[in-house]
Amino acid sequence: MAGKIKINTERCKGCGLCITVCPKNGIVLSKHPNKHGYFPAQANNHDCNGCAACATICPDVVIEVSREVNIVEVKEIKKQNCGIKTKINY
Amino acid sequence: MKTVFKRTPSLKDTQTHYCPGCGHGLAHRLLAEAIDELGIHDRTIGIAPVGCAVLAYDYLDVDMIEVAHGRAPAVATGMKRTNPDKIIFSYQGDGDLAAIGTAEIIHAAHRAEQITVIFINNAVFGMTGGQMAPTTLLGQVTTTTPQGRQSNGQGFPLQISELLAILPGAIYVERCSVYNPAQISNTKKAIKHAFELQMNGAKGLSLVEVLSPCPTYWHMSPARSMEWIEKEMTKVFPLGKLKDIA
Ligand code: SF4
Ligand code: SF4
Ligand code: SF4
Repeated sequence: MAGKIKINTERCKGCGLCITVCPKNGIVLSKHPNKHGYFPAQANNHDCNGCAACATICPDVVIEVSREVNIVEVKEIKKQNCGIKTKINY
Repeated sequence: MKTVFKRTPSLKDTQTHYCPGCGHGLAHRLLAEAIDELGIHDRTIGIAPVGCAVLAYDYLDVDMIEVAHGRAPAVATGMKRTNPDKIIFSYQGDGDLAAIGTAEIIHAAHRAEQITVIFINNAVFGMTGGQMAPTTLLGQVTTTTPQGRQSNGQGFPLQISELLAILPGAIYVERCSVYNPAQISNTKKAIKHAFELQMNGAKGLSLVEVLSPCPTYWHMSPARSMEWIEKEMTKVFPLGKLKDIA
């Protein structure tokens, strides 16, 4: 699957919500703080499918998503990924 | 590669002052996307609340004004009556709308004012330090209810949307949330529907309530806050359409 996300790490607040919804476990928090002192999200993009679940839940709108297919398929994937259970333990 | 998600133009390209995981950022985005998708950017005027979202006009790229605490529906009334071709919305938290502004929202709905209200319910006063709001859940610990809210003496959580839905002047009332991507998409649909009613000249008030996380004063992680909305908050504030004349 050819998807890709770009995170604006200087604006990310490290809330971790994107991590909880990514079906591919493709996002982690960085060990290095940004200039505001937050530990920002980092994407590995290994098997990102471009579902945009991460961008949909990001309160700071710092994720941009691109994908290599047509919009119909994206909608299908989004549908499949909606309502995913939180995977984080706290 | 095709870009399938990026920031919408009506949401200014700037950092917000909100805490990590705060739901206001999400609500702002959905509102801005609804405005852009409906093509009403040039004729929309918003009202910012008093509360954590007091600086909403710094983040939403539409004409906006700031009004006294809770008075947004009264000001919106004047704005809409004098500018009927404009799309008028107020953005209000539960401290603003369900506490000090209860009279204004009830009477604006009662008068069937043709305005749209985005009501952010996070069950607490955020800006002033996490005090109990009328919407606070029973047992919920806040700065002013350190033992948890007790109905005996502190009352019950106020379900303002249910109250408004019984008024003939309220034409659309829906309670949504942002606790997962599906709910987020649904909230945007609701906001668009509310605007569409106003664009079509429907005679009455439309309100979308959004159950929204306040991780800071719920003393929870952002992820746990989303779960708390889903598991606890929706028991007291059930999601769904309370009224839709369309
Ligand atoms: S677009 Fe989907 S798969 Fe890719 S990082 Fe975001 S949530 Fe994960
Ligand atoms: S949801 Fe947004 S702000 Fe939160 S960690 Fe992910 S990218 Fe950063
Ligand atoms: S106090 Fe709560 S509502 Fe206010 S910005 Fe912080 S998280 Fe958001």
